Amino acid sequence: MYRGREGMWSWILHRVTGLGILLFLAIHIVDIYLLGWPDVFNKLLFLYRHPVFRVAEVFLVAAVLYHALNGLRILLVDFWVEGTRLHRQIFWVQVGIFLLIWIPTAFLMLSPVVFGR
Amino acid sequence: MYVGRERPTGGFELFAWFFMRISGVVLILLVLGHLAIMHVINTVDEIDFEFVAARWRSPFWRTYDLVMLWLALLHGLNGLRMVIDDYVHRKGWRVVTLTALALVGFVLLTMGTQIILTFEAPASRATAGLP
Repeated sequence: MYRGREGMWSWILHRVTGLGILLFLAIHIVDIYLLGWPDVFNKLLFLYRHPVFRVAEVFLVAAVLYHALNGLRILLVDFWVEGTRLHRQIFWVQVGIFLLIWIPTAFLMLSPVVFGR
Repeated sequence: MYVGRERPTGGFELFAWFFMRISGVVLILLVLGHLAIMHVINTVDEIDFEFVAARWRSPFWRTYDLVMLWLALLHGLNGLRMVIDDYVHRKGWRVVTLTALALVGFVLLTMGTQIILTFEAPASRATAGLP
């Protein structure tokens, strides 16, 4: 029931996205700390404006969105009697909601990079 | 079957178990709001020192960012603590990794809190030392 099925993949993804978000949060705290030096802060912004980061940013949003939706699924399993029985169905509903939100968001985020403003 | 982490029976671990769930729900609202404002509606093309300074002239956004920082960092650090619990078993390595986690966590929390609370938005670009 657990190994190799939806339960295992959702757990691995929850872990990987969580660690990825924590890594970005650590970097983000350091970059915001640099606000104490306005010229340094502005000069380093070219890093975040680089196309490679703009694409990475879309995956950061994917990680947060997956982690958020899967967190809600965990709550359903923990606190709703039917959650455990239906956890596999809930997982696929979650995948649907994820794609429904992420694809348009990715388009909105990348269109200035791809088409210019 | 085991999907979420099994609910601990008491003490700090039970507190941590509830903290992950409660902070998680609050973070969904705070972080998705933050991402929508800073990464979709505005982008890194618009965001610079002036942008953040203008935002932090409002106590609302400072409070928003401070609450988000604490919840997100503690949620993430506790998550990493569980990952360490799962994979690091030798006693010496546990002490090393958990101590490093606590130290790095403390430094990050202090840095973030300090800049949010003590940042002084300059009156103009010139007073910020910007051209």
